[in-house]
Amino acid sequence: MSPGLTPSQTVGPFFAIALPWPEGPHAVPPGSAGAIRLAGRLLDGAGDPVPDGMIESWQADPEGRFAHPDDPRGAAGSFRGFARCATDADGRWGLVTLKPGRVPGPDGALQAPHVDLSVFARGLLDRVVTRICFADEPEANAADPVLAALPDDAARATLLATPVDGGYELDVHLQGPHETVFFSV
Amino acid sequence: MPSPDETRVALPRYRAAAPGTHPPLASAGYRSTALRAPGRPLRVLPQGLTEVTGPLLGDDRVGEGDHDLTRGHDGEPLGERIVVHGRVVEEDGRPVRDTLVEVWQANAAGRYRHAADRHPAPLDPNFTGLGRCLTDGDGRYELVTIKPGAYPWGNHPNAWRPAHIHFSLFGRAFTQRLVTQMYFPGDPLFGQDPIFGSVRDPAARERLVSRLDLKRTVPDWALAYEWDIVLRGRAATPPDADEDGRAG
Repeated sequence: MSPGLTPSQTVGPFFAIALPWPEGPHAVPPGSAGAIRLAGRLLDGAGDPVPDGMIESWQADPEGRFAHPDDPRGAAGSFRGFARCATDADGRWGLVTLKPGRVPGPDGALQAPHVDLSVFARGLLDRVVTRICFADEPEANAADPVLAALPDDAARATLLATPVDGGYELDVHLQGPHETVFFSV
Repeated sequence: MPSPDETRVALPRYRAAAPGTHPPLASAGYRSTALRAPGRPLRVLPQGLTEVTGPLLGDDRVGEGDHDLTRGHDGEPLGERIVVHGRVVEEDGRPVRDTLVEVWQANAAGRYRHAADRHPAPLDPNFTGLGRCLTDGDGRYELVTIKPGAYPWGNHPNAWRPAHIHFSLFGRAFTQRLVTQMYFPGDPLFGQDPIFGSVRDPAARERLVSRLDLKRTVPDWALAYEWDIVLRGRAATPPDADEDGRAG
């Protein structure tokens, strides 16, 4: 007899007393070899910043491997692969990490480099999941099955982070004309 | 690089939630969803390596005594001292071992130690309201805290949140990530709370409610509540990829 899944509830407005920590946004220490900054804003359907949201990331290392026993290729290295950041008063979030390598997809074909994001906020009764891909990987992106399954370039563009000095930027729009593509997993 | 065939085998696959388990993102009764819930349907992300792995945050996030929210201050917090315990399991009952449990809550007067909490109820100098622990080899966790108070909020006229403790769970895969709230049995505020009520399936909603556990009370010291947390389970056998290359 299956015990039944526990439902999700909103993270609410007060998670900041417990969830963020100083090194949380750093999947690698800032200044590490190869470190990049992934940053952007979290915006609501009116285009206003979400000042009480939280972003979490999960990704492969630069070789496309995971420090996890369920990676059938064997658990790799010590890269944490995870970062967590609360948004600030302007809705801004920022993570320090390494650019991921390409990871085989469910059919074995290589996916474009990507970072999975979970977004939490007051007003979100469940996390929403999206993906960051990298605008300067046009060949890998063109061959990526997840990007290819989206209806058009406008939808794909919501997942493509733009190169900037020291890293990449991408705004996450929860709603509205520029709404980010969100996924069920 | 591994050959494609190496990665096609042996990936666990996580079952989808039954309809009505998780709240719909757009829930009219909960006003804050209006400008924050995505308006377009979610797209299916086939479960690949990124989704069936996930952060394994361990001992480095949990200090000694972090499971006891009544400690770490000059004195004891006001309120009804309680033990909250249970197991973190997958849907097939298998324990989720060594997984990080993070909690936060209001104090006994219904006030959070957060600058944005404007409820005119007193802060308690002896209560911060955050705790952490790791599950043991059987998926068990145990916290010591005080029972949080109900508090008013601005959702609708005279809206009150039932007493609750926020929980954050990782499991072992990105697919299993869960943030939720634990409630207390028989709370008369359930009926007017759009967050609790956002879970459409009544049986699933009841799974958010802990039960008084007399056996685990500590006589002359604390009441106890038991609450098990069930994360997504794995499908019995990984499906073959179909001709479109999408897991079935």
